[in-house]
Amino acid sequence: MKKFIAFLIVFVAFLIPLSIEAKDPKSYKIGGVFAITGPASWLGEPERNTMMMVVDMINAKGGINGVPIEAVIEDTVGDETKTVNAVKKLINSDKVLAIIGPSRSGTTMAVIPIVERAQTSLISCAAAETIINPVKKWVFKTPQSDRDAVVRIYDYMVKHGITRVALISGTTGFGNAGRGQLKDIAPEFGIKIIADETYGPQDTDMTPQLTKIRGTNAQAIVNWSIVPAQAIVAKNMVQLGIDIPLFQSHGFGNIKYVEAAGKAAEGIIFPAGRLLAVDTVPASHPQKKVLVEYKTMYEKKFNDPVSTFGGHAWDAMWMVAEALKKAGADKEGIRASIETMKGFVGTGGVFNFSPTDHYGLTPDAFEMLTVKNGKFVVLQD
Amino acid sequence: MNFASQLLQYTLSGITIGSIYAMVAIGFNIIYNSTGIINFAQGDFLMLGGMLVVYFHKTLHFPLLIAGFIAVLIVGGIGIGFERLAIHPLKNPSVITLIIITIAASILFKGGAMFIWGKDSFYLASFSGDEPIRLMGATILPQTLWILAFLFLIVIALMCFFRFTIIGKAMKACAYNRKAASIVGINVNNMVLISFALSALIGGLAGVIVTPITLVDYDRGSLLGLKGFGAAIFGGLGNIGGAVAAGIIIGLLESYSAGLLSSGYKDAVALIILLMVLFFRPGGIFAKKEVQILKSF
Repeated sequence: MKKFIAFLIVFVAFLIPLSIEAKDPKSYKIGGVFAITGPASWLGEPERNTMMMVVDMINAKGGINGVPIEAVIEDTVGDETKTVNAVKKLINSDKVLAIIGPSRSGTTMAVIPIVERAQTSLISCAAAETIINPVKKWVFKTPQSDRDAVVRIYDYMVKHGITRVALISGTTGFGNAGRGQLKDIAPEFGIKIIADETYGPQDTDMTPQLTKIRGTNAQAIVNWSIVPAQAIVAKNMVQLGIDIPLFQSHGFGNIKYVEAAGKAAEGIIFPAGRLLAVDTVPASHPQKKVLVEYKTMYEKKFNDPVSTFGGHAWDAMWMVAEALKKAGADKEGIRASIETMKGFVGTGGVFNFSPTDHYGLTPDAFEMLTVKNGKFVVLQD
Repeated sequence: MNFASQLLQYTLSGITIGSIYAMVAIGFNIIYNSTGIINFAQGDFLMLGGMLVVYFHKTLHFPLLIAGFIAVLIVGGIGIGFERLAIHPLKNPSVITLIIITIAASILFKGGAMFIWGKDSFYLASFSGDEPIRLMGATILPQTLWILAFLFLIVIALMCFFRFTIIGKAMKACAYNRKAASIVGINVNNMVLISFALSALIGGLAGVIVTPITLVDYDRGSLLGLKGFGAAIFGGLGNIGGAVAAGIIIGLLESYSAGLLSSGYKDAVALIILLMVLFFRPGGIFAKKEVQILKSF
């Protein structure tokens, strides 16, 4: 009997704080899992910075419905195992209401079964189509899909009479996924792929691959990669005197790559979110206001040029904030209100989610950009 | 464009990349020659040289020549500091302990560089412009000629150093037999210090001159270090001329397999041939059998 009473006391003692927290939360806990260090740190760092910045903004204005947001951020090092552990910790011990991240497609795929089981919304900052296709009940994503980027590039090529294309791609997850999409969609546009070359993320010279391409009758080269080595492709093309147009993926959307390629970057055509060319986006565009706001805030606070990757976290965090406003500390309510969100204007585009579409963007979210005098500008055609 | 000029282009590309591997391989060999260990931080000396020259030239706006000179000297200083702080204090260390220390140093250098300069890639303008030199339908960058010239100078200088100077001869003696060398009055500790300084200097110099081609980031040394290590083994550890030839052979293999077979198999082809050589001639392609017996690897 004594034992039972003791057990009861302990049990009740554990229960009380739990029940109090559930009814009247002191804060809304939102998890963030980003590759802050490691090989994908150039993704995770701006994402972490942006999430913290948005949370500070919201809390400075008194939080959501008077309740502040508490961000719990974990570093994944871009590694699947660490990401899985981090997400389990966020769900089981921090009891977060929703999770933003991870930064990479591979790590996102690894945690999907966990968030589905734990019934916690995940808004990924990774681009791969497979994350939301087929639709998973609790998983959303904010970056534009590589498929849409390919569609924009092929659209442009068809308009300009380009039908024979040479591919060169990095052997990373991003490069492989893009290479697959490029090959899948090409027949729909009547485009023939006549060379398919690859290079490693640490390679320092791509002239052999490009020499091979030079020997074909390709009308354009598509370079699909997200690593710094992609800048070397542009330089090697100049060295070899290849003067057909070079198209790159949205992975080129970092002004530092332009600096690295120097003069060779001039005239490169690539699809990207409008964030990169804020100055040349017309003032009437619905995204203009949010783009300018994010860019000026981020660059002022972190003294580092803005990248689209941080923008993905910006979109995700504001979506969660909006959902919290409607649903409060209710996980299913948060999920439902993200799923029904329409006309949400973010840095990536205007999102329209539905139960059959957890991506919410169209190819229109991409703008074709080019490099002019070392700057990204909207391509006029 | 015809096949012959394509082939010439593959050859020139192979020589470009191979001469970079050769530079790294030379650094491995110098330290191996006087200590019998492999310095896995060799690739990071190259990375530090590249980072420092970019820092002095582009951030502090020093003229390229001075920036390069300072960068090389600092990397040499880092090599000396590394030897004095991490290698020297050990009493009777085993070879394996020393190698693990160099791996630790490599991680430390990478982490330090990431902390100081961040994770971005940096770019340095070519020494004499980016206008490619045309050669029967193929092209070569002027920077490649710089690399080849420096490689040639380094090899000549080192060969003279090891053959004609007393210090060079003393260093070689340490490689053959440390105990005997110290019995005849050679200060083995000093020789080890000099070898670290020398290979750090060469690593730093390599970093300065290859950065216009390879770009530089905190992790740039890892793969170049590995390829350079391959070249050092391929040419026979300790053999400087062999290292140069092996570096260029590996570069050519990579370039030919990327161009003629498939770029996906580029690294695989180079590594398979490296393995074959090691199976049939474990001392490297240029080694004599008797020499091999004396070495600890």
